[in-house]
Amino acid sequence: MTQPTISTRIPNRSAALGILQRYGVYLAIVLLLIYDLFFTPNFFAIDNFRTQFVQVVPVLIVALGMALVIGTEGIDLSVGAVMALAASVIPLYIGYGVVPAVLIAIFVGAVIGAFNGVMVALIGVQPIVATLAVMVAGRGLALLVANEQLKSVTDPGVLALGRDSLAGVPYSVIIAVILVAGVALLVNKTTFGKQLIAVGGSRRASELAGLPVKRILLLTYVLAASLAAVAGVIGTARLGASVPSTIGNLIELSAITAVVVGGTPLTGGQVKVIGTVAGALLLQFISATLIKHNVPDAYSQVAQAVIILVAVYIQRGKVSVR
Amino acid sequence: MTTTVESGATRVEDTHASRDRIASVLQSYGAAIVLGLLVIVGSIAFPTFATAGNFANIATQSSFLLVVAAGMTFVILTGGIDLSVGSVFALGGVLAAYGSSFGLAGALLFPLIVCGAIGALQGFLIAYGKMAPFIVTLAGLLGVRGLVLASTGGGSTTPLVTDEGVIALGQDSLFGLHWPVVIAVAIIAIGTLLLARTSGGLSILAVGGSESAATLMGLPVARVKFGVYVISGLCAGLAGALNAAYSSSGVPTVGVGLELNAISAVVIGGTLLVGGRGNLIGTVAGVLLLSVIQNLINQVGSLSSSVQAVVSGGFLAAVVIIQTVLSRTQRL
Repeated sequence: MTQPTISTRIPNRSAALGILQRYGVYLAIVLLLIYDLFFTPNFFAIDNFRTQFVQVVPVLIVALGMALVIGTEGIDLSVGAVMALAASVIPLYIGYGVVPAVLIAIFVGAVIGAFNGVMVALIGVQPIVATLAVMVAGRGLALLVANEQLKSVTDPGVLALGRDSLAGVPYSVIIAVILVAGVALLVNKTTFGKQLIAVGGSRRASELAGLPVKRILLLTYVLAASLAAVAGVIGTARLGASVPSTIGNLIELSAITAVVVGGTPLTGGQVKVIGTVAGALLLQFISATLIKHNVPDAYSQVAQAVIILVAVYIQRGKVSVR
Repeated sequence: MTTTVESGATRVEDTHASRDRIASVLQSYGAAIVLGLLVIVGSIAFPTFATAGNFANIATQSSFLLVVAAGMTFVILTGGIDLSVGSVFALGGVLAAYGSSFGLAGALLFPLIVCGAIGALQGFLIAYGKMAPFIVTLAGLLGVRGLVLASTGGGSTTPLVTDEGVIALGQDSLFGLHWPVVIAVAIIAIGTLLLARTSGGLSILAVGGSESAATLMGLPVARVKFGVYVISGLCAGLAGALNAAYSSSGVPTVGVGLELNAISAVVIGGTLLVGGRGNLIGTVAGVLLLSVIQNLINQVGSLSSSVQAVVSGGFLAAVVIIQTVLSRTQRL
């Protein structure tokens, strides 16, 4: 008598859980937007959404790189410091023009990423300490490069990158969309993407299968840091100033949160690019909603903490399901 | 013939064994050795470095981080991590300042109970909820900082310590050492005994060494993991309370990034991040090393705090690289 009821109930519950696990972050965004539609004045306005998208860009770009690193079962705490370094070199090279300055900033990021990658991939240092060391030293280095000063950037090209838009869409948002598409293609359609996920799934098995594990890891950290450098350039362009002391502070935490809330497990072997975008947007919308309701920053931090825990708790069952 | 072969074989084993020993000694005491060298160099280079006053100053500056890092050592020994300690440190300070209106007992018990409870909540989610320590304590970092701000009007008010007994706890001395130093030393001593001489301490090492082996041996793995986060919460809260007593106020913005210093100190001190291996004496050396580097850079005077960040970060990188290489040679 009781057996049939049990056998029908369990699949239902696990199916519901599965849907929550897969689409929870999108569901949360939809629910939040419905709430905002009715209860948050001035939320549904083009200007507001433009502001929200512009504000989310740096975190989103950093989170893309973070998702790749987390996909390899690693973590990169140095992204904020890389943003600061990228910001600090822009005033030095802006005399050569926008393009060289931006390219050098991204190159500096790539070098830092290579340093992370060498420590993690070749020497075998744990990602969290390797990138922690670079985080501490990198920020200090950025301040030394900038002589510990805020430098305003007045180059019209850089300012345009931060403030102008194309057909109503800010350049920074366009760049972010292109990068999202690029990373999504990289993960889903290229050999490198498959290899990256394989390494994250099981490094040992990938080694035995003859994959160039060290090269893949190295390249992943270079990519993550290059993306962080792009975020540093965009952040500098938006402020119209190079502020290595504060740019990207604690962004590693927001990026990790966005990635995890978006459904990429910290244990590696999966990369959810669109989920990461959704995770970053969800966090942005939540803080915007709380700000518009005059909720103090303190409570919005508590809310973020609860959301992280709930998101991870829901995803917890994933490993056993797989 | 046979005897020469045998002696040859034993000699090979000997060199292997001695190289292993050197590697293991370097890993455990590397920080202490470098600390000793730095102190010698500093004493020669700067006449104002090797004075009793300066050393007492270094000890006081180190004591708060040391208490936090002691708790962190327990967590890392189980293979976990606690990112929330900086925020818990700030909360401990604010609660101690509020509690000081009830005297010394209030200033200590109030933060200890709340911070212990926060540690317990995190430990529960990690040990029994089987969630990743990194994520749970990352949420703790955010959430507890939110609590700190919420309890101080968004960080705009700084509760002051009014009770003279509490201020005395922070600022009075015993044999020339501030009370926070004495308390930190006591915690290290108790913790070392706990780790080396009690079944709980050995269980911590066993869980960090191999969780599945510890489970198979019948050790209470979940309880051990739960316990270390409670210890870490208590330590961070106590350190915050001591800092509030020392500065006679509970500043809501202190402790940002403290978790990184604590983790650095623990790792520099030779405790492996994968768990199972390390000790509190190494952590003491790690904390002192960070403080002495800072002190020496201050002695030079013309160098900025950015230089200090570069040196500390570079130092951490060098230490973990050497550790990793050493542990690899040991495995061979």
